[in-house]
Amino acid sequence: MNFSDPFEALLGLQRALDAYRSSNWLGSGTSGGGAFPPINVFRKGDTFVAVTEVPGIKKSDIDIQIEGNTIRLAGTKSIDYSGKASIHRRERLAGRFDRAITIPVEIDTERVKAEYQDGILSISLPPHEREKPRSIKIS
Amino acid sequence: MDEAQSLAVQQKKVIEEGKGEKTVPSRYYVPNADIYETDDALTIVLEVPGVERKDLSVSLENDVLRIEGQIDFSKYDGFEPVYSEYNVGHFARAFTLSDKIDPEGISAASEDGVLTLTLKKSRQAAPRRIAIQ
Repeated sequence: MNFSDPFEALLGLQRALDAYRSSNWLGSGTSGGGAFPPINVFRKGDTFVAVTEVPGIKKSDIDIQIEGNTIRLAGTKSIDYSGKASIHRRERLAGRFDRAITIPVEIDTERVKAEYQDGILSISLPPHEREKPRSIKIS
Repeated sequence: MDEAQSLAVQQKKVIEEGKGEKTVPSRYYVPNADIYETDDALTIVLEVPGVERKDLSVSLENDVLRIEGQIDFSKYDGFEPVYSEYNVGHFARAFTLSDKIDPEGISAASEDGVLTLTLKKSRQAAPRRIAIQ
């Protein structure tokens, strides 16, 4: 089992950076951080993978759009209480969401794959051919 | 903005060390829960994103209903994190049940990272009219 925690280290750094930015030293940012759904981005080889937690949202209620290097996630989370139930505790939230994130490379939209399982949406974002390094022979 | 409000991110609440009495050194979070009651049952709905059905466990002992969900971290093998907005960990939560619940009548279902537990009320809990002597 792996006890080192890359999430914690990165999240701590990210929070520090966010705090720094929100202190208005650098003016307003553009990342859209803090919006729903929260997104983690990973790199596997040269492919980026965006993973997001959307428990209780149906596959059909999520709309994914990709253009250039921007991914837009929009949809609705609805919570259905059966008929005349009396609610004792309500911690889950329902509502609309619509956010975009930008990754640093152009995405090959033809090869994007999205998987949804157990409330986790995982979008694999391969870079466009134009982003691949080319070796140039010296004549 | 129309009638549906826009969703906010809910920060995950970590289970304090010593309170959850965990023997393995990994992080546990408290899953968000809704509890509602109908005439014949109590329903508990818990959000456990990323937990597969086989990694969910629900147990009842001494009137304590304990729910645990384990994350399979091997799915992240070979993934190098580059940007992070949420933390990933197992889930655990326990509820103390009143004697109104029939321990034999508990059923569970999971879909899209949401675990729904239906707890049937026992016969005794159904309203009873008491005759005055």
